[in-house]
Amino acid sequence: MEITPDTSGYMIAGYIIAYLTMGIYIFSIYRRSRNLKQDLETLNSIETEQTKKKLPI
Amino acid sequence: MQSKPTALAILDIISIIVLGIASYLALVFAPTEAVMGEVQRVFYFHIGTAWVGLLGFIIAAIAGIAYLVTKDMKWDRFEVAAVEVSTVFFFITIVLGSIWARPAWNTWWTWDPRLTTAAVTELIYIAYFMLRQGMEEPEKRARFGAVYTLLGGISAPITFMVIRLFRTIHPVVIGSQSAAAQGGFSMTSDMKIAFFFGLFAFTVIFIDLMWHRIRLGSLQEKVEQLKLNVTM
Repeated sequence: MEITPDTSGYMIAGYIIAYLTMGIYIFSIYRRSRNLKQDLETLNSIETEQTKKKLPI
Repeated sequence: MQSKPTALAILDIISIIVLGIASYLALVFAPTEAVMGEVQRVFYFHIGTAWVGLLGFIIAAIAGIAYLVTKDMKWDRFEVAAVEVSTVFFFITIVLGSIWARPAWNTWWTWDPRLTTAAVTELIYIAYFMLRQGMEEPEKRARFGAVYTLLGGISAPITFMVIRLFRTIHPVVIGSQSAAAQGGFSMTSDMKIAFFFGLFAFTVIFIDLMWHRIRLGSLQEKVEQLKLNVTM
C-alpha cells in the first residue's frame, strides 16, 4: 500500500500566503481611502477660504 | 464621500462568513487526497481565485468597451477596480499553484503552457497600472486603459483554454486532460462541495472588493477635481 506523503507544510504556507495577500490588499484599500478622505477635508477647507476671500466685504 | 451603504456593509459580513465556511470546507471537511496528501487542499483556493481573477479581466475588457462607446468615466473606475482586484487574486492563484507544484512536480516553477500564459497575463495587468500612472490627463488615461484591457482581455480565455488545447503537465479538473498531465485526481462528493462552495465564496468576495474599489475610485476622482478647482 502506498503511503500518503506529509505535505502539510506546503498547505499551511499556501493558506498563510493567501490570507496574508488578501489582508494586505484590504488594508491598502482602507489606507488609501482614509488618506483620500483627509485630502478631501483639507481641499474643502482651502476652497471655502478661497471663496470667502473672493467675496466682497 | 458618502457613508458606506447598508448593502455593502451586509456584503462585507457575508464575505467574511463565506470565506470562513470555504476555509472550513477546504481545510477540514474535504478528505485528504491519498497520493498528494494535505497540499492538495490548496487546490480549492487555487481554483476559486483563478476563477475570479480571469473573470475580472474579462469584466475589465467589457468595461473598456463600455467606456469607448459612452466615454463615461464610471466605466473607467469599474475597469480599474476589476483589474486591481483580479490582479491580486490571480497573484494568489500563481503562488498557490507554485506551492502545490513543489511536492507534485518536484519543482516550484516550469515553463509549461499554462504556467507561462498565467505569468504573462499577470504581467500584462501589472504593466497596466505602471503605464496608467504615467498619464496625467484623465480622458487619455481612460482611453488607453480601455484599449489595453480590451487587448489584455484576450489573455484570459487563452490561459483558461491552453490546458485543453496543448500538451501540458497541468491537470484539468473539469473535462479531459492531456496525456502528459501530472498530479490530476478525481474528486469525491465532499471534495466537490468544497470546490463549488469555494467558487461561490470567491465570487462573493470579488464583488465585495470590487464595490469597495469602485468607491475608492470615485473618491479619488473627487479629490483630483477639487485639486484642480483649488489651484485654478
